[in-house]
Amino acid sequence: MAKKSIKIRAKMKGDLVTVKALMTHPMETGARKDKKSGELIPAHFIQEVTCESGGKVRLTALWSGGVSKNPYLSFKFKGANKGDMLKLSWVDNTGKSDSAEAKIG
Amino acid sequence: MNNKRRIFLKGSLGASALGVVIGTGLLSPRVVLAAWPEDAFGAKAVPDALKALTGSDQMSDSSDIKIKAPDIAENGAVVPVTVSSSIEGVESISIIAVNNPSPLIASFNLGEGAEGFISTRIKMGKTGDVIAVVKADGKLYSAKKEVKVTIGGCGG
Repeated sequence: MAKKSIKIRAKMKGDLVTVKALMTHPMETGARKDKKSGELIPAHFIQEVTCESGGKVRLTALWSGGVSKNPYLSFKFKGANKGDMLKLSWVDNTGKSDSAEAKIG
Repeated sequence: MNNKRRIFLKGSLGASALGVVIGTGLLSPRVVLAAWPEDAFGAKAVPDALKALTGSDQMSDSSDIKIKAPDIAENGAVVPVTVSSSIEGVESISIIAVNNPSPLIASFNLGEGAEGFISTRIKMGKTGDVIAVVKADGKLYSAKKEVKVTIGGCGG
């Protein structure tokens, strides 16, 4: 993918890391019709998002097409250190995937 | 005779190539995503979705779960929802929009060190309750909040 599909930020406050991520994805439910042709637009959405840091899986998100276009995700976790890397990756229903890393700061 | 054999070969080659394309397109994600519960996300009713996802539809209301969502959402395509829970030992948080064609929107499995906090944006077809289901210690807890939707966001 030429353009980066994930923006991710991880900030530490005390011992709590707050992660905010934005992904670029059409998130088609498969129920929407093309306005011009009247045909159904095939489903195309992110199914699974995984966040890892320090070799541990912090969050697995299972999604349907009910999550908004260009999804936003935020969560918090403990047990990481400043400067650790956080990796976020997604896989969609067509098998495409992408990942990004950010330093916890 | 020979000609026909060529055509036959071509045809079967084409078909098998197509098979490979379909195979990689449809089967590989399912292998990778063994955990993605198709039954739960495809369910049209809330109890069915919960049963498929967690194995139970028995949940108790909890005041320890807070849902932050707008009272009125002007655009149903983007409804910000934040769920936070102070229940100990949260394993997963699921977000359900009761009146959506497929009510189960997302399920978040919390890993090591993760807090009972999730924020995301969802689509809502029409006005209805947003239910947050928290699984902790094998039990289900829930809370709900009504969101009025002015313009639906599920299309069609």
